[in-house]
Order: sequence, then C-alpha cells, then structure tokens
Amino acid sequence: MPAAPTPFAGVADVAAVLVLLTELAMLRAPLLRSQVRLYALQSLVVTALAVVTASTHHLGDLYVLAAISFVLKVVLVPAIVLRLLGEIDADLAGSHSLGVASMVLLAIAVSVFGFFTLGSLPVRGSPLPAGALGIAGAVVLVAFVLVALRTDVVSQAVGFFSLENGISLASMVVAPKLPVIIEAAFLFDLLVAVVVFAVLMRVHHARAQTLSTSVIDRLKG
Amino acid sequence: MGAVLVAIALGGLVAGAACWWSGARLAKVLSAVASVGTFALALSLVPAVAAHGKVTVGGLFRVDPLALVFLLAASFVYAASTIFSLGYLGPVKGAGAVAEEEGASVHVAPGAAASRRYSSRFFAGLNLFGWAMAVAVMADNLALLWVAIEVTTIVSALLVAIDGTDEAAEASWKYVLLASLGLGIALFATILVYDAGSAVFGPVYSLSYTKLLTGAAHFPATVVRLSYVLAVLGFGTKMGLFPVHTWLPDAHSEAPTPVSAMLSGALLAVCFYAILRYFQIAERTLGPGFPRKVLLGFGVASLLLAAFSLLAQRDVKRMFAYSSVEHMGVLAIGASFAAPIALVGVLLHVLSHAAAKATAFFGAGSVLRKYATKDLARVKGAVGLLPLSGPMLVLAVLALSALPPFGIFRSELLIVAGGLSSGGDVAGAVLIVLVTVAFLGITWISVHAMLTPSPAPEPAHLPGALPRALPGTPPGTLPGAPPGALPHTPAGAPVRGETSRWIVLSMAVGLVALVILGVHVPGDLSQLLTRAAAELRVPR
Repeated sequence: MPAAPTPFAGVADVAAVLVLLTELAMLRAPLLRSQVRLYALQSLVVTALAVVTASTHHLGDLYVLAAISFVLKVVLVPAIVLRLLGEIDADLAGSHSLGVASMVLLAIAVSVFGFFTLGSLPVRGSPLPAGALGIAGAVVLVAFVLVALRTDVVSQAVGFFSLENGISLASMVVAPKLPVIIEAAFLFDLLVAVVVFAVLMRVHHARAQTLSTSVIDRLKG
Repeated sequence: MGAVLVAIALGGLVAGAACWWSGARLAKVLSAVASVGTFALALSLVPAVAAHGKVTVGGLFRVDPLALVFLLAASFVYAASTIFSLGYLGPVKGAGAVAEEEGASVHVAPGAAASRRYSSRFFAGLNLFGWAMAVAVMADNLALLWVAIEVTTIVSALLVAIDGTDEAAEASWKYVLLASLGLGIALFATILVYDAGSAVFGPVYSLSYTKLLTGAAHFPATVVRLSYVLAVLGFGTKMGLFPVHTWLPDAHSEAPTPVSAMLSGALLAVCFYAILRYFQIAERTLGPGFPRKVLLGFGVASLLLAAFSLLAQRDVKRMFAYSSVEHMGVLAIGASFAAPIALVGVLLHVLSHAAAKATAFFGAGSVLRKYATKDLARVKGAVGLLPLSGPMLVLAVLALSALPPFGIFRSELLIVAGGLSSGGDVAGAVLIVLVTVAFLGITWISVHAMLTPSPAPEPAHLPGALPRALPGTPPGTLPGAPPGALPHTPAGAPVRGETSRWIVLSMAVGLVALVILGVHVPGDLSQLLTRAAAELRVPR
C-alpha cells in the first residue's frame, strides 16, 4: 500500500497545480494588465514554493534564489511591463488566432501531453514530488501555446516570461541544489531580456500605433 | 597562455563599454583594436592548443581544439565586420552615418550629434556581440555557455533593430521572441543534464563539461536522450535549423550589413558549437547512433528547405540568409557521419563558411551602397561599376557554392567522402543533390545580376523628369534621392568606383582566408582540426 503523501508533498503539488492554472488563466485573460498580474501571481507561487522547499529540506541556497526571484519576477518585471502599458495607454489584448474555447482545449491537450511525457522521467533525490516535473512540462508547453496563439506583443512577451517560471519549477524538482550563482545568472539574464522586450514593444507600438502583431507581416518568403 | 584567454574575455567587453561613452572616431579605433586584437590572440593559441590539447584559466575558461576552431571563426568575422564597419558607417561625400532602409542607403542621423550617437551605440553593440560569442566558446561550463548565448541574442536583437525601420523592428521582434523561446528550451536541456550528472557526481557539482564528459558514460539514458533533443531544438533555433529557422531570413536581411555578417558567419556556428557539446555527452551515454540520427534528420530537412528556397530569392541579403540555413544543414549532416575525415570537413566548413559568408555579406553591403536596393533584379552591371568589390562578391558567391579553389569546396568534399566511406551513402547522395540545387539557385541569380551590363537609363530617370535633389545632398546625387545616397551620373546611373577602401579590404581579407583554407591549410591549423575532430568521437 503506497505511503500517504506528506504535508510538504501536498503543499508542493497544490503549488505546482496553481502555477499551471495561472498559466491557463493568462492564456485566456482579455486584459493585458490582468495577464501581467497573473504572471506576478504565478511568480509569487513559484517563489513561495522555493521558500517552503528551502525551509523543510534545509536548502539554504534556495532562500537566496527565492529572494532574487521575488525581487525580479514578482516586483520588477511586472512593474516594467505595467509601466509600459501605462505609458502607451493600451490595455485590451489583441485578438487571438483561435477562439477562446479552442485555445483552452488545445492548452489542456498539450498539458496532458507534457505531464505524462516529463512525469515519467526518473528523478533522483528530489525534495519535490515527481508529479511536479510533469506539471512543469505542462506549464512550458502552455506557454508556447500562449506565444503562438495570442497576437499581441505583450502577451507574447508574458508567454516567454512564464515559460521561465515553468523551467524554474522543473529546476526545483530535478536540480534543487544547482549552484545559486548559476540560477542568479539565469535570472539576471531574464531581467536583461525583459528590458530588451520592453524596448522592442515600445518601438513596435511607436511605429504601428498598436500592440497587435497582426501588422507584422511585411517580411515574407 | 591563460593570460591570452583573460585578454580575449575582457577585450570586447571593455571596448564595448568604452564605445558607448566615446565619440564616433574613438569608437572606431577602439573597436578595430579590440576585434583585430581578439582575432590575433585567438590565432596565437593555435600552436599551443594543437600541440598540448588545451589552455585553461581556473575552472572558468577552457579552450580545447574544438573550442578554438569556433573561436577562430567567430573572432575572424568579428574583426572583418569591424573593418567593414569603418567604411560602412563612414561619411559618404557628406556627414552622417549610413543605414539601410528597404535597401536604400540613407542617413539615419543627419545631425552630427545623432550620427555620433548612432556610431557609438553601433560599435558598442558590435563589440559586446563579438565578446559574448568569444566567451560562449571559451566557457568550460554549460550554464555559462547558455548565459553567453542568451547575451548574444539580447545584444544582436538590438543591433538588428538599430536602424529603426518598420522592417528592422519586425525582424528584431521575431528574432528575440523565437530565439528566446528556443533558448528557454535549451535552458531546460541544461537543467536535465544537471539532473543526469547528479546520478554520478551527487547533488552538488559544477556543470563543467570537462567533468561531465568524464562521467557521461554512466548517466541515465532517458534523461540524456531528452536533454539532447531539447538542446538540438533549442540551440537549433538560433542556428537556423528547420523548422525553427523562420526568424533567420528576416533578421539577417534587415540587420545592418556588418551585423548580418556576424549573425550569419559567426553566431550560427557558435550555436552549432553548443549543440556539439551536448552531442559529445549524448554520444558517451547513448552511443553514436541516436545523436547522429537526430542531427541527420534536422540537417537534411534544413538543407532541403534552403536549397529550394534559394531558387526563389531576389533579395540579395535574404538569399545569403537562406544560404546560411543550407550550410548549417551541411554541418549537421557532416557531424552525423562517423568517419573522422567527415568531422575534419565539418570543422573546416565552420571556418570556410565564416569567411565566405562574411565576404558575401560585405559584397552585398557594397552593392547596397552603390545601387540603393537589395533587389537583384534591379542590380545590373555591378562588376563594372564596383571594380574591386563587384568581382570579389562574385568570387564569394562561387566560394559559397563550393567551387574550387576555396575552402568550402574542400570541406564539402571531405564531408561527402567521409559520408560515403562510413556507410552514409544515401545521406551523402542527398547532400550532393541538394547542394547542387542550392548552387544553381544562388549562382544563377547573383552572378547573372552582377555580370549583366547596366541598361541605358529610362526616360523617367533623365534630368528634368525628377524632383530636385534634396538640400544637403552631395554634388552628383540622384535627384530625389535621400540624403547620403551616393553620387550618380546626370542620366541617373550610379558612378563607377568603390564606396570605401575599408569595404574592399574586409572582402580581400575574407577571400585570402578562403583560398588558404582551400589550397593549403597551414600545418598547425591542420593538426588543430584533426585533434578537434577526434574530440567528437567516442574514445574507445
């Protein structure tokens, strides 16, 4: 008879599921501001999971990582994108390539695929339940769907940022003791990427007077 | 020799930072010194690495024969592109920096202050781009390799967009989005490798591939298999492999010409280098079969797409971009062949393609400045009007088409010979057929445009039928042309003559390198290639 899950395993599973649910919510959010706030919430859940894991398994490095993650992903990145939205006075997301229902159904299908593909991988000595790796895979794939189907530059950028949250979750499962300097380098890189995304979003809006990517169709062939 | 690695690791970074704060003239001098110095330092490593196998600095940098081949390619293109930029951004019978807008040469910054700012930012970006590529190949750590390649994305995306045109903004957005997503996948691959390594090294260790290679034989196969596929897909996005190549023709065609050369000649190769590091690990864990099949599949698909896309191109820079997809396909196929001779061919191909593609893009830049268009259907008689860079562009195209006596002929011959000798008969035959199709496409279109005599000017181009020249344009400028356009005859035809001696010099350097690689590879370099190829085979 399988052993009952520990409270920590239960908390970890709930947190992982919350990360996936926020990803799905981002996919269908009609307002760009809501999408950015959902990203901040998702980042907060990932950060909280890192803190819980660090405290229950005495992994000091994860505290550092959680602190950097909080400052960058919960505070700075959303602030940068929200400020940009405020400056250009745009809030409603552009159209999407598929209807909302079809988009969510597709996201669920890729989530199932990601969950069972990555969930079957052998993971050694992880403090987190193995199912979290499958959920991380689902988050990454839904982020791809978000980037591919939402046709505005903010949603596409948020899709990329949330992809990184999925990878952070996977990293906590398979490599919780990854040297903190490497994790910090990854996060710093994300911050620089955010700045570049913000610059290009501003350039796009200045030239096209819209955040929609439907006007990005000059280059073909 | 460790000091040489430190100097390379600091040179481009310091020059890039200094350029940002300096004026245009000083930025040019600093960039030339940093880029040529980086290439000279890389070249100075060849005898030591060929003889002793590696040069290291602590646990941070490690240049072995494989890394040095790619460092040579990247630093050569960095230096050549900087030399080209001295002429490309120089004044054209007037003041201001030149940029391309829908193929037209225009001053993006008519004011002297704005022109200086453009030059400073451009050279700062160019140096940081060259520096990040050098660090990527010198890093003895998969995580640092990933970070450096992500830095190349960030810097080069801004360089693609620097001209501020609609097309450049569109290309830059597609590039940064797709490349970042690809690198997200590659980051996942890096984390999975860490997981695989923890089975042997325990939960805490560095991602040094010197270390990883020592234990790779005992890594869990499933994790390594997944990690390898994700790495090929992730880094393959930046390398331009089908089906994740879609950003490449746009970014390479809309970027300023020196940036196009760096993207095509150097960055694609650096991303291939990253794949080869995962290939080495996968080969030790899984045996040669699976890793080679994955590369073969991506390589054939990329070559197939590029060969037939080349037949339909009329935009000279877009054509060279598809040619890059073709050559990345050739590299992937070559690496999938087990024979040592094919692997030597692959590494020679990296060097030859870097020189040929940079030279070709420089020639395209020269044509752009002369004709103010990228459309080859509108470029006639370039060989006559550009007495040096015109013929050199034709030679670069012939070199890209794998004709002797250039390096690509030799490298593709080695790859095909290796394929046929190691049981890759079908793949070898496919490679020959598709390379021939690509040859027909690129050669017919470009050589036809270059050699066809310039037609007589149309009546609409005669003086009096056009609006007056804009104020501030130099004497002899075509009426109605934007400020900065080059002088034309009164009948509207471009004037015969080169636009810059720096452009001619950068192309000449590229062609000399191509002939050396094709006719006689120097002894130390030959030994280096052999040792690097040996690194790509599982030790028995």
